[in-house]
Amino acid sequence: MPVTLASTFVPVADPEAALGFYRDALGLEVRLDVASDGFRWVTVGAPGQDVGIVLFQPHGGRSPGEGDALLTLVTQGSLQAAVFRADDLDATFERVRASGAEVLQEPASQPWGARDCAFRDPSGNLVRIAQA
Amino acid sequence: MTPEELATLTGLRRARDLMDREYAQPLDVPAMARAALMSPAHFSRRFRAAYGETPCTYLMTRRIERAKALLRQGWSVTDTCMAVGCTSLGSFSSRFSEVVGQTPSQYRAGDHRPLQAVPSCVAQVATRPRRTRTPA
Repeated sequence: MPVTLASTFVPVADPEAALGFYRDALGLEVRLDVASDGFRWVTVGAPGQDVGIVLFQPHGGRSPGEGDALLTLVTQGSLQAAVFRADDLDATFERVRASGAEVLQEPASQPWGARDCAFRDPSGNLVRIAQA
Repeated sequence: MTPEELATLTGLRRARDLMDREYAQPLDVPAMARAALMSPAHFSRRFRAAYGETPCTYLMTRRIERAKALLRQGWSVTDTCMAVGCTSLGSFSSRFSEVVGQTPSQYRAGDHRPLQAVPSCVAQVATRPRRTRTPA
């Protein structure tokens, strides 16, 4: 039995703003919302897919210097969060754009056959959405 | 980290995203600095500290990476030069040669079959010219 993916982790500056993107715009469901020491870990996932994305704050459980370094990379746009799939890419793109998310690329066909679009999440992570 | 520092980093990101998207437009430092909501001098200094190259070299690197993609598809050197936002063929060719190590025509004539085996997003990263200079 090969290993399968259970959870993956995405650093976010502000959990509420992140929920506005991942829950409200992308349509992921919130599965867990844990608060400790003033920081939150919010697990979201696609309905019907058993993979959790843990949205975490860079300073939670880290030294101030380490948290600052991670938050700097996220905010200056050096990291990418995930590639999602959508059955209706155009409708998904319009919904996410209407939420006010920063558009990096409108839906476009790539030379290798895929069709996808790209956004920044509110923290600065690159998020791509591909036609399923 | 202060809200001002976060706003600065966000501004740098928006300016860099603008270059990645609008590389074919006649972008200059004042226009990029406006996108970042900073003065041109402050913008250039902070951009270099964050990304390891100046806004101008970043934009030229982006243009050359796009030019390589078009040349691999068989575009002519002149059409490629114009399509990526360079207006002078001479300066495009010399910057391309300096960064890539081959003239645009030599690059166009090369064997690019290995790159056809990978997705374009991978090819884009793999063919992005490397600049090893470190920020001052």
